[in-house]
Amino acid sequence: MAKKIPLKRKYEMMTRGLAWDTTYQDMDDVYPYDKFEGIKIHDWDAWEDPFRLTQDAYWKYQAEKERKLYAVIDSFAQNNGQLGLSDARYLGALKLFLTGVSPLEYQAHRHFAHLARNIRGTGAQVAAQMQSIDELRHAQTQIHAISHYNKYFDGLHDFTHMHDRVWYLSVPKSFFDDAVSAGPFEFFTAISFSFEYVLTNLLFVPFMSGAAYNGDLATVTFGFSAQSDESRHMTLGLEVIKFLLEQDEANVPIIQHWIDKWFWRGHRLLSLVGMMMDYMLPKKIMSWKDAWEMYFEEQGGALFEDLARYGIRPPMHAEQANNEKHRISHEVWAIFYQYTHAAGFHTWDIDDEHKAWLSAEYPDTFDKYYRPRLDLWKQMAADGNRYYNMALPQLCQVCQIPMGFTEPDDPTTICFRSREYQGDRYHFCSDGCQYIFDHEPEKYIQAWLPVHQIFQGNCGGAEIPDVLNWYHLNLGVDNMAYEGSAEEKIWNDWMATRRVGAART
Amino acid sequence: MAVTALKPGYTGQNLDAVENFGPNQLVYLHWEKHLMFCAALAFPFPPEMPFGAIVGEVLPQFYGPHPDFEKIDWSTVRWTLDGEDFVPDLEASIGSQGVGHKSMLRFWTPGLDGLGDSGA
Ligand SMILES: [Fe+2]
Ligand SMILES: [Fe+2]
Ligand SMILES: [Zn+2]
Repeated sequence: MAKKIPLKRKYEMMTRGLAWDTTYQDMDDVYPYDKFEGIKIHDWDAWEDPFRLTQDAYWKYQAEKERKLYAVIDSFAQNNGQLGLSDARYLGALKLFLTGVSPLEYQAHRHFAHLARNIRGTGAQVAAQMQSIDELRHAQTQIHAISHYNKYFDGLHDFTHMHDRVWYLSVPKSFFDDAVSAGPFEFFTAISFSFEYVLTNLLFVPFMSGAAYNGDLATVTFGFSAQSDESRHMTLGLEVIKFLLEQDEANVPIIQHWIDKWFWRGHRLLSLVGMMMDYMLPKKIMSWKDAWEMYFEEQGGALFEDLARYGIRPPMHAEQANNEKHRISHEVWAIFYQYTHAAGFHTWDIDDEHKAWLSAEYPDTFDKYYRPRLDLWKQMAADGNRYYNMALPQLCQVCQIPMGFTEPDDPTTICFRSREYQGDRYHFCSDGCQYIFDHEPEKYIQAWLPVHQIFQGNCGGAEIPDVLNWYHLNLGVDNMAYEGSAEEKIWNDWMATRRVGAART
Repeated sequence: MAVTALKPGYTGQNLDAVENFGPNQLVYLHWEKHLMFCAALAFPFPPEMPFGAIVGEVLPQFYGPHPDFEKIDWSTVRWTLDGEDFVPDLEASIGSQGVGHKSMLRFWTPGLDGLGDSGA
């Protein structure tokens, strides 16, 4: 009988034991991407593999997860799981997530495959390879959810096309494009560390518990199935950072800049999640403000205390982000409320109970700054004059969100920042976005800003119906107020049928 | 270093150069303390357009839904152009008085600070 190989040894053989240094070709020619960022690595063998997982074990483990997942997805579909939602308004949050984030899972799959090929440390290659496959799995499971919900609801019929064109989807798209067009170590810092390690809880915890509270079992299921992958991704994020910081002191300021940049980019991207939590979930889980305090101020605070010994300080604009926790969800909702005629999901007027909740959660800001406009909009809608903003908004050159964010010391004044570069003006929503531009203007002058593209005539025409057509959005079906929409009607009909059915039995 | 790039000397291309907008240039307008309008508004205006068309046509059309709009006393309105105090000449073209491509025009309406002075 063959002697059983001890696990540790087997792991060594199946990972690092498979690697070699090239001799016919120069290693720098084989690995052309891992030096131009200025990161110095002296000893790849110092890389600690955070999880000793070999490919054969990985496949076995993932296959088991898939079996369970698809059993639940099938029964969800067979049992009309969509009827268990708390309310059809919940779909607004779901549509935004599935059209905004799911395509990023696929992008992550592609880019981790690229890293697996182009990083010269074997431990990091193996980790990137597994993450690449994880991300493909995440994309697939979310596409199953899209496919199911698309049978019953509007706005999910062409998500890949929309991701490349629709104005607000340019926010997540350009975020990821920024990361994949950077070098490998910036990508790791951006996605694995800043996003998956530092900020991920602010996306997945609220989103998955929001789904659970609101009866969305399809999302809970893919979220649950992704969770153990995510903990591997988080560990990888922290390992990469510590490894790079330990390799050379010259790496510290480079990494610090990337942390400053990607913290702010992530914070801006997550303002969409803040809006979902505070405005779009019919059954609330917690406010954005509470989530920010718990997951960034407390947990993030402890992390950066720990990283201080490497010479790393908290992200440059963290104080501003903390300051904005009372505002951003309200500011972003105002954007989507008034531009919902150009969106692939509905928005609605906020009822008194919901306003009371917002007032209790945001005692310093809600009644003073945000309630008055919600009241006016509701009144206008009641008068048959629902407010839609018929001009196009100014966008931030970096985060691409309409410039609806306010001055750090004044929630009633929009924060305008601008720079001249080579004779042209560029506008930013914040000091954070301006800081990012200043560091790499040659990158951000290339931004494909949806509003400007419309004015250049590149988006199907000059009128909103032309643009919606070019987006593949169905005017009067996918967009406009929830009140009076086809989706509201069909939902109410289903619920009425259910009540009749329940009364009979 | 204006970008971290694999290829030394790499440069990008500004997608929003004024030539890309045909006869127009981009202009941004913003009414301060009225955040019922969530952000500044973007417009493609020809530089020959008289400033009066902004005040007489554009602003009423897009800011008119706010109850404060009809209360504006235009003789007291304070403007800034790209961060500097500015007194517009309504008869002259926007281009001739320094409103350039991607210029930012902000205006304050004294005494009118939004719904219940909320800034909205
Ligand atoms: Fe993922
Ligand atoms: Fe992940
Ligand atoms: Zn920005």
